[in-house]
Amino acid sequence: MERFGASFLIAGIITFLLGFFLQGLMPVLTLRKQHVATVAEIAQTIPPEFAQLAEDYPAEFQRDFGTVSPESFARALELGKANYIAEACWHCHSQFVRPVSNEDLRFGPVSTPEEYQNMMNLPHLFGTRRVGPDLIRESGKHSNDWHMAHLYDPRMVAPYSVMPSYPWFFDAERRPTARALGLVAYLQWLGSWNVQVPATIYNVDAMRGGS
Amino acid sequence: MTPTMLPMTADAGRRPLVNVDLMRWHLSASALWFTVSLLGGLAYAFQFNNIYPFPGVEWLSPGRVRMVHTNMAAYGFIANAFIAGMLFAIPRLTLRPILSDALGWLIFGAWQLIMVLTVAGELAGYGQGIEWGETPIFVDPLVVVGLVLLVINLSTPIFRSSEQGLYVSLWYFLAAFAWTGLVYFMGNYLPQFWVPGTAGAAITGLYIHDLVGLFVTPIGIGLMYFFIPLLLRKPVWSHALSLIGFWGLAFFYPMQGVHHFLFSPIPMYAQYGAVVATIAVEIVVITVIANFFGTLHGRSDAIRGNLAVRWFFTGLVLYAVTCFQCAFQVTLTFQKIIHFTDWVVAHAHMVMFGVFGFWIMGLFVELWPRAVGRPWANPRLLTVHYWLTFIGLVVMVIDLTAAGVVQGYSWAGLSHWGESVVASMPFWWARTVAGLLIVTGQGFFLYALWSTARQPRTAADVALAATARA
Repeated sequence: MERFGASFLIAGIITFLLGFFLQGLMPVLTLRKQHVATVAEIAQTIPPEFAQLAEDYPAEFQRDFGTVSPESFARALELGKANYIAEACWHCHSQFVRPVSNEDLRFGPVSTPEEYQNMMNLPHLFGTRRVGPDLIRESGKHSNDWHMAHLYDPRMVAPYSVMPSYPWFFDAERRPTARALGLVAYLQWLGSWNVQVPATIYNVDAMRGGS
Repeated sequence: MTPTMLPMTADAGRRPLVNVDLMRWHLSASALWFTVSLLGGLAYAFQFNNIYPFPGVEWLSPGRVRMVHTNMAAYGFIANAFIAGMLFAIPRLTLRPILSDALGWLIFGAWQLIMVLTVAGELAGYGQGIEWGETPIFVDPLVVVGLVLLVINLSTPIFRSSEQGLYVSLWYFLAAFAWTGLVYFMGNYLPQFWVPGTAGAAITGLYIHDLVGLFVTPIGIGLMYFFIPLLLRKPVWSHALSLIGFWGLAFFYPMQGVHHFLFSPIPMYAQYGAVVATIAVEIVVITVIANFFGTLHGRSDAIRGNLAVRWFFTGLVLYAVTCFQCAFQVTLTFQKIIHFTDWVVAHAHMVMFGVFGFWIMGLFVELWPRAVGRPWANPRLLTVHYWLTFIGLVVMVIDLTAAGVVQGYSWAGLSHWGESVVASMPFWWARTVAGLLIVTGQGFFLYALWSTARQPRTAADVALAATARA
C-alpha cells in the first residue's frame, strides 16, 4: 500500500519536472548566452525624456533625484518599476508587441527576446490583458506633461479612458512626487532602446488624432 | 466503488474519523474570503463603468483591489473549501483520521493569517508582479511551509491505510500534493529572483497554468470522484476511463504553460509544444467528463432532487464547454484576435468559478449540514442562490466572450484605441449587472449558512451530526 501510494507522489514529481523542463528550463537554456544587463548598465543610456523631466519639473527633480546622471536615472527606473508593480499597472497594460493583428503598425517593432535580457525585467512584466494599450514602445509617444496629467486624471487627456486616477502620486499643490517622476521616467524608458524612426509614425492612435 | 468506500465506523483509535469542527471552520473561512473576493470583483467592475465607489483612496485603488479579487478566489475561497472537502473525503476513503488535529488547527490558523497578510500587503502596495502570485514576497515562505505541513497532515492517512487499492480520488490528491508546493515555489521564486525577461515569462506562464492545472483541477476532480458516486449511491461508471483520465491529465497538464504567452518573444518551439499539449489534454479531459455523465446515467432525477448534484453537474457541463473552447482558443489562429481581450477574462471566470466554484458550492450544500449538525434551515434560499449565481455567471461569460471578439477585431482593424473602449462599454455594464446577480446570490447564501448554523437542534440533528463524525 505505501509503495502504491508513493508511486502517485513520484509520478507527480516526474511529470512536473518533465513539464518544467520542456516549458521552463528549455527557454532558459536557449537564452542562456544572452547577456543580462544590470540596471546600472541600462542607465548609461539616458533617453531625452528623462533629461526633459529635469527641465519640466526642476524643483521636484532636484529634490528627488538631484541631477541628470546614470545614477539618478537608475534610481528613477527602480522607483518607477516598483510603483508600476505596486499599482498592478501590468494587469491592464502588456509589454510585448506581437507579430500579428497589425500590432507592429499600432505600437511599433515586434518584440524580441534580447530586449528583455536585463534586470529591469526581473520579474518580467509581459502582462496578459490589454484594457489599455501595450507600453513596450511607449518611449517618446507622449510628453512628460501628458503622462503627468494622465496619471493625475486619465480623462483629462483621454476622455474615453477607464483607467483609475492616481492622485496620491501628487502633493497638495498637485506637483509630482518622487513616485510620479519615477513612474514617468520608467514609462519613457520603455522602448527607448528601439526607437528606429520617430515613434509617432508607428503610433496609429496618434495618427488618427486624440491620444 | 466498493462498500468500504463509505465507512460509517471509526477506526480503532479514540479520535473521530472526520474532524468536523476543523472542516466547519475551513468552510466558514472559504465563504468569508469568497465574499471578500466577490466584493473586490464588483468594485473593480464599477471602475470599467467609471463609477468606482472609492475614487482617490490609495489603498482601495482598483489595480490593488483586482489582486485581492483573484488571490482570494484562488487561495481564500477554493483552497479553504478544498481543504474542507479533503478533511471529509480522505479519512472516509482510508478509514484513518488525519495525522494530527493540532497540526490541522495550526494549518487553519496559518492559512487565514496568510490570507489576511495577502489582502493587507496587496492593498498597502506590496503586491508581487507575478500573475496569480501577487501574494507579497514576505508571505511566500509562509505559504510554502503551510503547503508542506498540509501535505504531511493529509497524506499520512493515505499512506497508513490498509486498503488494498487506492481509490481514484486519492490518486488525484496525491499527485496534487506533489505538485502544489513545487508549483508555488517555482512560480513565486524563479521569475522573481533568478530568471529575468523572456525565460522568466515562460516560467510565469507555467505557473499561471499549473496553479489551475496542478492544484485546483486535480483536487477538484478528486473530490468529484468522491462526492458524485456518494450522492448518487452508485459506483463510478468506468474504472478504465478513470485510469486514462488521470494519467492523461498527469502527463499532459504540466507541459502547457507557454500557451499564456503565444506570439510573445518566448522561443516558438515552446509555444508550439504548449499548443499541442493543450489540445491533447482537452481530448483526455473528455474521458473524465464522460465518466461522470456515465455515472449519472439512470439517476438524472438527482439533478432535480439534490441541489449538490445539480451544482456538480452544472459545473461539469461548464467544464465540458470550457475544455472544448480551450482546444480552439489555444490555437495560434484564435490567439491573433482573442489574446489580451475580455475573452480570456470570460474563460478564466468560467473555469475558476463556473467549474470549480460551482463544485465547491455543491460541497457546501452537502457538507455544511454535517459541519454544523443541523439540516438546511431554508432550502429555498439555496435554490435562489443557485439560480442567481448560475444566471450571473453564464451572462458574464457570454457577455465578456462577445466583448473579447469585438475588442480583438477592433484592434486588428486599427481602430483608434478609444473606439475599442467605447465599443466595450455596453459589455462592461452587462458584466457589472451579472456581477451584481452573483453578489446578491452570495448574500442569500451567507444568510442561509448563518441561519442554518444558528437554528436550535433537534434530536434528529444530533443523530445526523453523529454520522458525520463517524
